[in-house]
Amino acid sequence: MRGDSEREILKVSAFLSTIVVFLIAGFVLWQGLPILRREGLFSFILGREWVPSKGRFGVYPMIIGSIFVTFGALLFGVPLGVACAIFLAEVAPEWMVRLFKPTIQLLAGIPSVVYGFFGLTAVVPMIRMYLGGTGFSALAGSIILAIMILPTIINISEDAMRAVPKEYKEGSLALGATEWETTIKVVLPAARSGIAASIILGMGRAIGETMAVLMVTGNTPHLPQVERNISPFLKVFWLFLEPVRTLTGNVVLEMSYATGDHQSALFATGIVLFIMIIILNVLANMAFNRR
Amino acid sequence: MKFKFLGIIVFIILAVMYMVGREEVHNLTIAGSTSVQPIAEILSEEFEKQHSGVRINVQGGGSSAGVKSTQSGTADIGMSSRELKSNERGLFETIIALDGIGIIVNTANPITELTMEEVRKIFTGEIRNWKEIGGIDAPITVVNREAGSGTRGAFEEIIMGPYDFLDKIIIQGSNGAVRQTVAGDINAVGYISLVALESRVKALNIEGVVPNPETIKAGDYKMSRPFILLTKKEPEGLIKEFIDFALSQEGQRICKEEGLITVR
Amino acid sequence: MRTSILMGKVFKSILWFVAFFTIGVLLSILSYILKEGVGGISLDFLLGKPEAMGKEGGIFPIIVGTIYVTAVAIAIATPIGIGGAIYFNEYSRDTRFIRVLRFGTETLAGIPSIIFGLFGFTFFVIWLGLGWSIISGGLTLAFMILPTIVRTSEEALKAVPRSYREGSLALGATMWESIVNIVLPAASPGIVTGIILSIGRAIGETAAVLLTAGSSLKIPHSLLDPARTMSIHLYILTTEGLSMENAYRTATVLVFMILIINTTANLLRKKLSSRAYKG
Repeated sequence: MRGDSEREILKVSAFLSTIVVFLIAGFVLWQGLPILRREGLFSFILGREWVPSKGRFGVYPMIIGSIFVTFGALLFGVPLGVACAIFLAEVAPEWMVRLFKPTIQLLAGIPSVVYGFFGLTAVVPMIRMYLGGTGFSALAGSIILAIMILPTIINISEDAMRAVPKEYKEGSLALGATEWETTIKVVLPAARSGIAASIILGMGRAIGETMAVLMVTGNTPHLPQVERNISPFLKVFWLFLEPVRTLTGNVVLEMSYATGDHQSALFATGIVLFIMIIILNVLANMAFNRR
Repeated sequence: MKFKFLGIIVFIILAVMYMVGREEVHNLTIAGSTSVQPIAEILSEEFEKQHSGVRINVQGGGSSAGVKSTQSGTADIGMSSRELKSNERGLFETIIALDGIGIIVNTANPITELTMEEVRKIFTGEIRNWKEIGGIDAPITVVNREAGSGTRGAFEEIIMGPYDFLDKIIIQGSNGAVRQTVAGDINAVGYISLVALESRVKALNIEGVVPNPETIKAGDYKMSRPFILLTKKEPEGLIKEFIDFALSQEGQRICKEEGLITVR
Repeated sequence: MRTSILMGKVFKSILWFVAFFTIGVLLSILSYILKEGVGGISLDFLLGKPEAMGKEGGIFPIIVGTIYVTAVAIAIATPIGIGGAIYFNEYSRDTRFIRVLRFGTETLAGIPSIIFGLFGFTFFVIWLGLGWSIISGGLTLAFMILPTIVRTSEEALKAVPRSYREGSLALGATMWESIVNIVLPAASPGIVTGIILSIGRAIGETAAVLLTAGSSLKIPHSLLDPARTMSIHLYILTTEGLSMENAYRTATVLVFMILIINTTANLLRKKLSSRAYKG
């Protein structure tokens, strides 16, 4: 039958476009597993010392670093982003939406290294000046990441709110609820899964981001520590002013010269990063789907 | 129309093969230490002027990356700014110059001099505030290099010995990045290749000795290390020509102009 | 009731404030970079050679390098991606094998770019011996943008009405002929939008190319030469503190490149949706 050869070619390209992921995943696993097997997964994940020259590979400080900057980013990014989305979907006049939306979309495409550049030349010196410390900190990373994930959160949350059927709102208003009550009690819950998706996407982008974070977080492979004797709540705040290294930063800083076990440990870092992304996604899904 | 799509693919593949196959110029790739990189750039520019058809690509990455990429063959010549470790032997080494390591602080910092012990105590965290060594009352921001750096390797050897760096330390990936951090933070201290020294930061006297080529050559300024070009085997052909050029009178003159200590 | 109205007003004004604050922050980043950068951009900067490791001089070799690396990535990813999308959408049935393939492309989209960089460096640069080169960087980026191209192309193909295909087949055309002559032309604006967006992503990427494409400042002559892209150049200029003026200028050129690319994609998308309304 004619057309079979084309079909086969297309099949090959479909296969190729997919095999890539298995190639990469397989390669990373194959390179990273030896060190995990030898050191043990738990001592690799919970080890607090990263001294490749002495054969000590523990990525616990980097896991904490990644969690710090990611949650910091969500802390700033989610309230601002969701509020912006509510504004655009419910409050803003039409002309303003038409002005804001393309602007936000364009900003979503700005390369991460440009955000890193901004962070290094503006955010780091500002933190140093007003909050003390060196400025290279988890906080700087969080702020830059928050800015970077804002467009994602705004766009997807807004779409979700616009997709809420008009009848819901009309019904609520007819029952005597005010507009803002309707927004909070009807529109937001109805758009919940879309907002959750936007947050999960933003989180994925934050934890996988490399260059912007590398440029502003100081990259020390140690746990952030505060010696002052203060309440735990305040302590968390001060911890954010300490330099941290993220999992992604660990890979990019050291991969050019890593050999042997060290190289394997960097691939293992990649595996840990991957596992973390999956776990965070599952947790976030569970948290948002619970009634 | 039917074959247009396939035709485009074939065309692209052919174009790619054509471009790959066009390789005729002689290429050298040099990679490694960011301390050696500036001098290698200048040397290769001069070398290219004298040898038409030769293109030299100089890359950074750090001394350990230089060792690794020479071993793997990614680079024709590796650059190292520290002695090779015992497990890195087997490469062919040529020392082209000596370089000093400068301890740098912000220009607004009143400190002008430290002893080697004070430097070590700052980097181990025993001294944490500038006032402990006669400066202002402010915590010291210590800036370190990444683990694969040759400058760090040499610094560890000369200053740190068996001691570990303090935990609370900023890590930057190159001389320029350390300089940039120190220039921007009034409380910062770091160490860089003296070749990379600029007026935006201040190099401290160590044990009362000003860091410059004369004091290093005389052995008064203790913090110096070799700049080494690495090859996989005994250099031959274009690689040998380049290394010979670096060691020639002209090459050494260039090294001297850049503030290095000549070896020939 | 009165408090409720008051609350509504408070709520609204908070939203206004937050929205303007957020937009303000985003725009201030752009203006911060453009303000410092625009003034210094001249033809000499765009067409000049960098000197003293980029401290002085222009960025011409870097623009060329960026174009080469991106072109290689697009040239590799586009045929494979579109072919894959056609297969998924037009030919495949919902077998387990196809589900695995689909899962693969979706997962690929979630991999952080640094993993691509790690893979590309070890696999292309060292294992395959391609060295730091345009081809290594291009292949790594091609892997990275593949899922975007597959997904956008599939969406574009899905949007083509079934009646188009049926009409063509009824007139005696083969499946392949209907795809090439009817379906692909109808889906082309959507596919092109996807490709343009991928170009933007490729140009802006740093982590994946930093250790695959190399960082040479020379104009590349062949695909096996190393090249430096705009993003890498900006990264090196900034972190090495070589020249803040040139860093601002490079950032400005980079931002303009991306803005132009994304605006083109947006306009195309709009044109596409307005056509869909008409019928």
